[in-house]
Amino acid sequence: MSFLFFHCLPVTFSFVLPATSSASSPGDVKAMDKPNDAGSAIQIFWTRASNDSLVENYVIMRKAATDPSYQRIGSTAGGVSTFEDDGVTDGTTYTYLVASLIKGMQYPSEQSNNVTSKPQLFHTGRINVLAALITFTLLLAYFVYKARSGKNLYIRQIAGLAAVEEAVGRATEMGRPILYVPGLGDIDWTATIASMNILGEVAKKIALYDTELIVPNTWSVVYTVSKEVVKESFMSEGRPEKFKEDYVRYVTEAQFGFAAAVNGIMIREKPATNFFVGKFWAESLIMAETGAQTGAFQIAGTDSVLQLPFFVTACDYTLMGEELYAASAYLSREPVLLGSLKAQDYGKLMSLIILGGLSILAFLRIDLLYLLKVQ
Amino acid sequence: MSSDPWIWVGALLTLMIFSFLYKDNPFYKFGEHLFVGVANGYYIVFYWHNSLRPNLFEPLGAGEFIYLVPLLLGLMYFTRFIPKVSWLVRIPIGFMIGWGAGLSIPALFQAEVLRQLEGTVVAPSSFTNPMSGIWSLIILVGVICTLIYFFFSKEHKGILGHTSRIGIIFIMIGFGASFGYTVMARVSLLIGRIQFLLGPWLGLID
Repeated sequence: MSFLFFHCLPVTFSFVLPATSSASSPGDVKAMDKPNDAGSAIQIFWTRASNDSLVENYVIMRKAATDPSYQRIGSTAGGVSTFEDDGVTDGTTYTYLVASLIKGMQYPSEQSNNVTSKPQLFHTGRINVLAALITFTLLLAYFVYKARSGKNLYIRQIAGLAAVEEAVGRATEMGRPILYVPGLGDIDWTATIASMNILGEVAKKIALYDTELIVPNTWSVVYTVSKEVVKESFMSEGRPEKFKEDYVRYVTEAQFGFAAAVNGIMIREKPATNFFVGKFWAESLIMAETGAQTGAFQIAGTDSVLQLPFFVTACDYTLMGEELYAASAYLSREPVLLGSLKAQDYGKLMSLIILGGLSILAFLRIDLLYLLKVQ
Repeated sequence: MSSDPWIWVGALLTLMIFSFLYKDNPFYKFGEHLFVGVANGYYIVFYWHNSLRPNLFEPLGAGEFIYLVPLLLGLMYFTRFIPKVSWLVRIPIGFMIGWGAGLSIPALFQAEVLRQLEGTVVAPSSFTNPMSGIWSLIILVGVICTLIYFFFSKEHKGILGHTSRIGIIFIMIGFGASFGYTVMARVSLLIGRIQFLLGPWLGLID
């Protein structure tokens, strides 16, 4: 016999490689470093045995240049012809064997080519992401430059934001505090960062109107940032002495513990205006509904699509999705924020052109859809 | 009725929280404060065992001194309590915001821009059957009109006004579906609590 039979149980194999393969053996075993990864992975490909329908498993074996024999590293079902070995050491040379397992007997292939894994610095399958990022960054730089050079960049009115002044004024007239909930997202959520920008602008108005503020927080880092933002707003309005340490409070990380506490604040301290701005989950309706029952004027803003319907129904104004990001630019008129909003608009315009253009081209049998594919 | 004291604790705390439906009262206040206190205690222990010890102190103990960097950044948060050096707190905050933005922006471009665009483009292959083609077209129109609604650089007048109005209709239909779906999920949470009260506590149902 030109090949060696052996059972699948042994983990370590020492045998003479077959001179030729049989119909039951997989063929053409090729191994290659997995592309676009951080290293430590090799992909193995083979041609299935000609009687593949009888194959119960393909057993994959590996041997490093310094190993005395092949070792089993894994298996796949019959009908499969690839395997990824993610247990290798970068820089070590390996060869592979694949054996088909049929009725308890193993039929090994010939050994693969030598292969060494290494990490890649650049993911070639994501060049389109890089191109999109560069395009957007250039747009951003251009519009920020325009805004800084004094060019008036138009932004249409956003209903919820026009009401912020009214909301602060209402609380002042009623002599009651303003509640600002910056969501339950940590500081690395985009919505939380947007919320901090809006909090800064709201706090500036509060500093001028001499109104009380309550900012309950669920994350310690957001708590710290909120406090810095509010403090800085009071300073920038020239009223640092009006800032009180307990304006910004830490509550708890527990989602419904936080919701229960905010409900308690709304019932007991009776804020005239509630802001719910940031990332929200299931607690959104509980808080917004309680706020509505207390008769507070409510402005919400979130990019949490599942929670938006609850805010729309229970709040006076709701900033939906990107309106939340636009809000800080609209309120502050800061060149950087205005420029970024303009860049986003042009990014959307480009998306529209891509959507329409690729759809039309597809019907003209020019398929450019691959340009959008990301690995 | 249950003889297990922990079932009684769970049931009474559930009723205390439910009592908020009537109005704010001492029972709700007790439940609320207990919840917040227990949660904070829990998270302190949780972070010690799942974050600080395995991800910081154990590697430091094993001589991996690179972990002094996150330790230093973490300690900077406490400079808030020392007015003279409280500005140092901005360093870890800046690090966190920069890290968060850097990590999420390429991922967002990948997942929420390019992949969404790829999935929205209508091609002849979308018409494998007439209905799937029509749905693909509706999605394309919906995406275009919704994108126009979120265009802030122009007043919503004329053609922009018309398309953005169609956009808001699509958005509201989406919200309606989402509302119904989420309300169903909330009702199932309520059912779970009522089953707990009627079953393990009162023994009225199996």
